Amino acid sequence: MEFWLQQTLNALQLGSIYALIALGYTMVYGILRLINFAHGDIFMVGAFVGLAGALWLGLPMVPTLLFTMACTALLGVTIERLAYKPLRNAPRVSAVITALGIGIFLEHFVLGTVGAEPRAFPALIAGGRFDLPGGLTVNSVQILIIGVSVVLMLGLDWFIRGTLTGMAMRAISWDRSVVPLMGINVDRIISLTFAIGSALAAAGGVLFGQAYPIIDPYMGILIGWKAFIAAVVGGIGNIRGAMLGGYILGMTEIYVAAVLPSTYRDFVAFTLLLLLLVFRPTGILGRVQAQKV
Amino acid sequence: MSETRPDPKHGLALGGTVAGEPLLTLEDVHVSYGNIRAVRGISMEVRQGEIVTLIGANGAGKTTTLRAISRLIPIAQGRMSYRGRDLTRYPAHQVVGLGICHVPEGRGVFANLTVRENLMLATYSRRGKGDINQDLERVYSTFPRLAERRNQYAGTLSGGEQQMLAVGRALMTGGDLMLLDEPSMGLAPILVEEIFRILVEINRQGTTLLLVEQNARMALQIAHRAYVLETGAIRVSGPARELLDDPRVREAYLGA
Repeated sequence: MEFWLQQTLNALQLGSIYALIALGYTMVYGILRLINFAHGDIFMVGAFVGLAGALWLGLPMVPTLLFTMACTALLGVTIERLAYKPLRNAPRVSAVITALGIGIFLEHFVLGTVGAEPRAFPALIAGGRFDLPGGLTVNSVQILIIGVSVVLMLGLDWFIRGTLTGMAMRAISWDRSVVPLMGINVDRIISLTFAIGSALAAAGGVLFGQAYPIIDPYMGILIGWKAFIAAVVGGIGNIRGAMLGGYILGMTEIYVAAVLPSTYRDFVAFTLLLLLLVFRPTGILGRVQAQKV
Repeated sequence: MSETRPDPKHGLALGGTVAGEPLLTLEDVHVSYGNIRAVRGISMEVRQGEIVTLIGANGAGKTTTLRAISRLIPIAQGRMSYRGRDLTRYPAHQVVGLGICHVPEGRGVFANLTVRENLMLATYSRRGKGDINQDLERVYSTFPRLAERRNQYAGTLSGGEQQMLAVGRALMTGGDLMLLDEPSMGLAPILVEEIFRILVEINRQGTTLLLVEQNARMALQIAHRAYVLETGAIRVSGPARELLDDPRVREAYLGA
């Protein structure tokens, strides 16, 4: 029992990072019906921007996080304006191919400027272990990752449900064509969506650097795919679904690795998740939405 | 029962003549979709306080005209002005701020938002124009059924309730001119009467209406003036009461 609870803490740590990245996939899909395949690489860029903030600017934890989120948000908006906006009325496959291209561009931009060798991400908080009741121990990085992620996700959830701009995002996801009649600039809301999604992925990048302190230009590929699958499992387009999907994926991976050789981890984990999609193709919280003509 | 029916004499109140200042003016407006010329040189005017109706068959260009006024689609040529301002210089999301609200064809309510959220969303670009809470209460008192269902998702409403929500949402923008695209579409006759009764009431409270309808008889009964659109051009126009008796209109649109 103690062993499983300890594994659950590890799963919450990993799941938090997946959830933060999955939110960007699901938000962009929700309003544009675009699978932004560059999003995993946004996460990678976030990790490197965080590295620059921590190493070159010597920023402490919270400023590094804020600096990274702001810079990466700007990157996300720039990509949207330059690459996706001109394709707003093009066939959807054009935008998807563009997203793949942007992802490869980002990987090789970082490869070219920073180099291929993996970099060590400095620890930004003091290490430490704390005993919990029941013989569990939690370390400071776990508290940081889970705490920051939960705060960001609660903030996002409030924003989406409680503010007019959040309502506008949900309205766009239902029927973009009517939204201008409410006096809402749809382009601005779309840009904001990319900004928020990119900032969350960037936070995931910095937190990842604290837990798994080796980063490289290709780190966003596999993690990005996994976060995308987390978003689909939760029900793509659904914000709470992306959070849930991230944690489900984290738990599946950690629990599988706890009982099977770690080489089986992704194989078994993804078999389970794909099976889930066979029985619930819209994901756990996803709904079948009426197709609009 | 007679209370719920639109007042057929309402058109007499303004005598079908000039009402207030011109609000909306269209001059020789053309709209094309690719090679299809949907609207071919429309000129019309809506004055403060009026109910003006635009009637005509399916495909005559009624919806296209409203969408052009709201700037949802560009015009190929012509002039459109609202209170003397050139409408073509504003993007769609700024037209609301000028005072034009649009109840779109098929209602266009956001099914994944609650009734209250739909209403509040329409205040997005409102700044300091009147009291939003007061307007919300006004919408709830005009449409008590929306008040009862304020926390329900709009997708759970009946067709008539969704139409009420679409009208209420337009009121929440604080606009002076309401464009209505087929508010009777798909509704039972008793609901159509209720909606039209409320439209007359909204007009009496000061909102000018430009009403697009296939239900020509109902529209002509509540309107002061009317334009009849055929294949993208205005064929007949005049006081609504006279058009009700016009043999050309009776034959083509009133089935008599």
